[in-house]
Amino acid sequence: MSSQDLLSVRDLHVSFRVGGLPARLAGRATEIEAVSGVSFDLQRGTTFALVGESGSGKTTLARTLNGLQPVKAGTILFEGQELQGLSDARMKPVRRRMPMMFQDPVGSLSPRLSVRSLLSEPFIIHGLSSRDLNAEVTRLLALVGLPRDFADRYPHQLSGGQARRVGVARAIALDPVLVVADEPTAGLDVSVQGEVLNLLNDLRDRMGLSMLIITHNLHVVRQIADRMAVMYLGRFVEQGETEAIFRTPHHPYTAALLSANPEPDPDKVHERITLPADVPSLLARPTGCEFHTRCQQAQARCSVDAPAPATVGDTRLTCHFPLNI
Amino acid sequence: MTVLAVKNLSVAFHTESGRLEALKDVSFKVPANRSVGVVGESGCGKSTLINAILGLLADNGEISAGEIVFEGDKDLTRLDAAAMRNLRGQRIATVFQDPMGALNPVLSVGRQMRDIQYRSGLSKRDKDARSVAMLRKVRIPDPESRLAQFPHEFSGGMKQRIAIAMALMMEPALLIADEPTTALDATLEVATIELLKDLQREIGCSVLFISHHLGVIAELCDEMIVMYAGEVVESGTTREIFHDARHPYTQKLLACDPARLSRRVPRLPTIAGTLPDLRRRPSGCVFQPRCDRADAQCLDVPPGASIGGSHIARCWHADIPLGVSA
Amino acid sequence: MREPLGAIGLTLVAVVVLSAIFAGVLTSYAPSKISPTERFASPSLLHVLGTDHLGRDLFTRVLYGGRVALMIALGSTLVSLIVGVVLGLIAGYGPRWLDNILLLVFDAVKSFPTVMLALTLVTLFGPSLYAVVVVVMLVNVPGYARIIRTQTLVLKSAEHVMAARSMGASAGRILRVHILPNIIGPILILVSMDIPVVVAIEAGMSFLGLGVRPPTPSWGAILNDGFANIRDSYWIVIAGGLPIVLTTLGFTFFGETLRDLFDPRLKGR
Repeated sequence: MSSQDLLSVRDLHVSFRVGGLPARLAGRATEIEAVSGVSFDLQRGTTFALVGESGSGKTTLARTLNGLQPVKAGTILFEGQELQGLSDARMKPVRRRMPMMFQDPVGSLSPRLSVRSLLSEPFIIHGLSSRDLNAEVTRLLALVGLPRDFADRYPHQLSGGQARRVGVARAIALDPVLVVADEPTAGLDVSVQGEVLNLLNDLRDRMGLSMLIITHNLHVVRQIADRMAVMYLGRFVEQGETEAIFRTPHHPYTAALLSANPEPDPDKVHERITLPADVPSLLARPTGCEFHTRCQQAQARCSVDAPAPATVGDTRLTCHFPLNI
Repeated sequence: MTVLAVKNLSVAFHTESGRLEALKDVSFKVPANRSVGVVGESGCGKSTLINAILGLLADNGEISAGEIVFEGDKDLTRLDAAAMRNLRGQRIATVFQDPMGALNPVLSVGRQMRDIQYRSGLSKRDKDARSVAMLRKVRIPDPESRLAQFPHEFSGGMKQRIAIAMALMMEPALLIADEPTTALDATLEVATIELLKDLQREIGCSVLFISHHLGVIAELCDEMIVMYAGEVVESGTTREIFHDARHPYTQKLLACDPARLSRRVPRLPTIAGTLPDLRRRPSGCVFQPRCDRADAQCLDVPPGASIGGSHIARCWHADIPLGVSA
Repeated sequence: MREPLGAIGLTLVAVVVLSAIFAGVLTSYAPSKISPTERFASPSLLHVLGTDHLGRDLFTRVLYGGRVALMIALGSTLVSLIVGVVLGLIAGYGPRWLDNILLLVFDAVKSFPTVMLALTLVTLFGPSLYAVVVVVMLVNVPGYARIIRTQTLVLKSAEHVMAARSMGASAGRILRVHILPNIIGPILILVSMDIPVVVAIEAGMSFLGLGVRPPTPSWGAILNDGFANIRDSYWIVIAGGLPIVLTTLGFTFFGETLRDLFDPRLKGR
């Protein structure tokens, strides 16, 4: 970890218990590893994107950073403090510095609370209710570009884009250093998606924020992230600078993801890499390289040996036969 | 031949705060063996359109004008409930965003596929054989043994493919697909689009494909209509619209799609302003309050300007191509 | 009000509640004043509903009996509600082992038949007003707690609750601000529909001599007196039975209307 690093994750493992007593008695697998041996660094003032399909473990990873999921093994270093195993009470000041935004723009807002109450909540939770909360609410609404009278609205009276702005306002209420955003543009119209991304970019520049963005939308990644990591079955298969990865993806899975974007041009010739079969179950991880069951470059060796992490330029990846080298 | 012709359709809802015109003067055709895309953002009237076609409008909604002609001779706005029920699932099939809407969680997939064929008069064995063939078409591995399985034993992508198989089972004339790939991951999304394309060709049905995703429409559809605030603002072949969009809304919508940007830009394009209140439609052009080309002329209802061929844009300034600022 | 049954229910409830509150104003007799010379009097201007076997004014006893019935019904329901909500929230939000223990207790308590439970308690502690309250609690709490627990479990993993946790909100705050307000509506309607059941339990236990002790007036006890003296006067049975019928009907109509207003989807089911 260098002095530049705000967040440093080393060899992180997170697992879930599945099945109840019957499954255990039957001797079936009772644990799935949703995050498996993940390491990365996030530098101050930059944006890091986690990309992957559903079930790849990206949301679990984000929730673990926030202490909502217990760490099984590995370390999380945030502003020089180790977070793994901290109690809720010890996590509280950390959560103030590292707020999280959830996927559903409306659903992540408490339905019976007005926008005013929602935006006051961070102050109340962190013992700052002596501040002029009305003034704070007005300030936050202005920061995210919503009119003042929105304070009296309820979540069901907001459009997706407006609800997302309220979510952003709540996240930045207490001058955080790192915002963790899970699918910040999910469910939004294209014209609104741009607004939200512009807002996040603005806030990052103005407040000197760092961001960790989770998304399955590669176009979003390109517009917002400095560095990115591609997750598959709970592991990072490739991570590096966003532009470098978009220009020359090395891992076959990254290449497949990049080519899997429906193109808004009916005449564009596709050099598409179609992935056969569905994502394997975490209960039955493939042997060797876990991507070999869907990989078109796979050779005999891939189903036996797990590839060791390798470095190509600034990019780290785990693959026996990387592309474009 | 035209499978579906929607002519000057208007749908209004009576709400506590007044009458809301959800669809206004919507016209388009779905020719046989073709895929027509409907693109638009939330509030554009996509769902109302589907419900109007299927005869499933909410109690407070009414078709205030126009007709929906199916297979040349049936006006769906005049059919009674029983006749509509006979069409749905047999001649007009639907696939929705959430496949669980089509699947019963407590019945096996085989049982459900058999139930759809209740009119076929086939034996149980023949019905199962057809189910297996259909599952194979949608690329479910090992379909014979999977007939006995329940919906929760399949992954999300497989469930959607099974829903597609069930929809196409009775070889309908028209498949209405409402955002069927939106909830899927990118790799599954393209696979599902390609599957739909192949099946459509094989079965020879028409597809009405509703999506907010321009890329998906571009890949799948031959023709498309662009909807805004309950009106069709532009229609034509997919190629015409993607290469030579003439309505300012279509142009802006295309510009907003981040997939069109091949590098990082400092500010992503957006569409300023908000959707008008459908209880108080703006006078003249419905997009005029948000349009930077709007002038005095736009306070009158714009004509459907023909750009050439089937390409029509409902705009007073449809002569300005994309990339030329006003 | 658009619902005729709701209007009837509301009227009945209002009459019962007001007459219980203003019992002292509406009658000049004392509820337990014995008057041996006036036994089994038929209704007259002096005694609107006649008198019982001890010559007590039945109208007065019905009014004061209503006071007892309502106090027991509202009081014990309120206590049941509070206990049920607290236990339900703990079971739903707390650790898994605690949930399992609480569920076991709820089911065990719920599996006792009401009458057996009442008999057991009365055998142990003797008949009293408190026995009625305890029986009502034991009957109602497991049901309330189970509903609250299920709703809490559903909301526990909802995004707005996760969001509150991620902000550092305490468990108490999450339960109070983010969970309870979203689940309390349906349970309040359930409770309003349980009040007539509680009125019936009180009347039933007092009828059997397991509840309110004489000479405290109770509709159930009046009914019992009526049955014992049915050969001498049938007015006593009517005086005891009619208020029970009208009150349970009133609260039931009222509760159902409340439910329909709250959730229009259930209308007509």
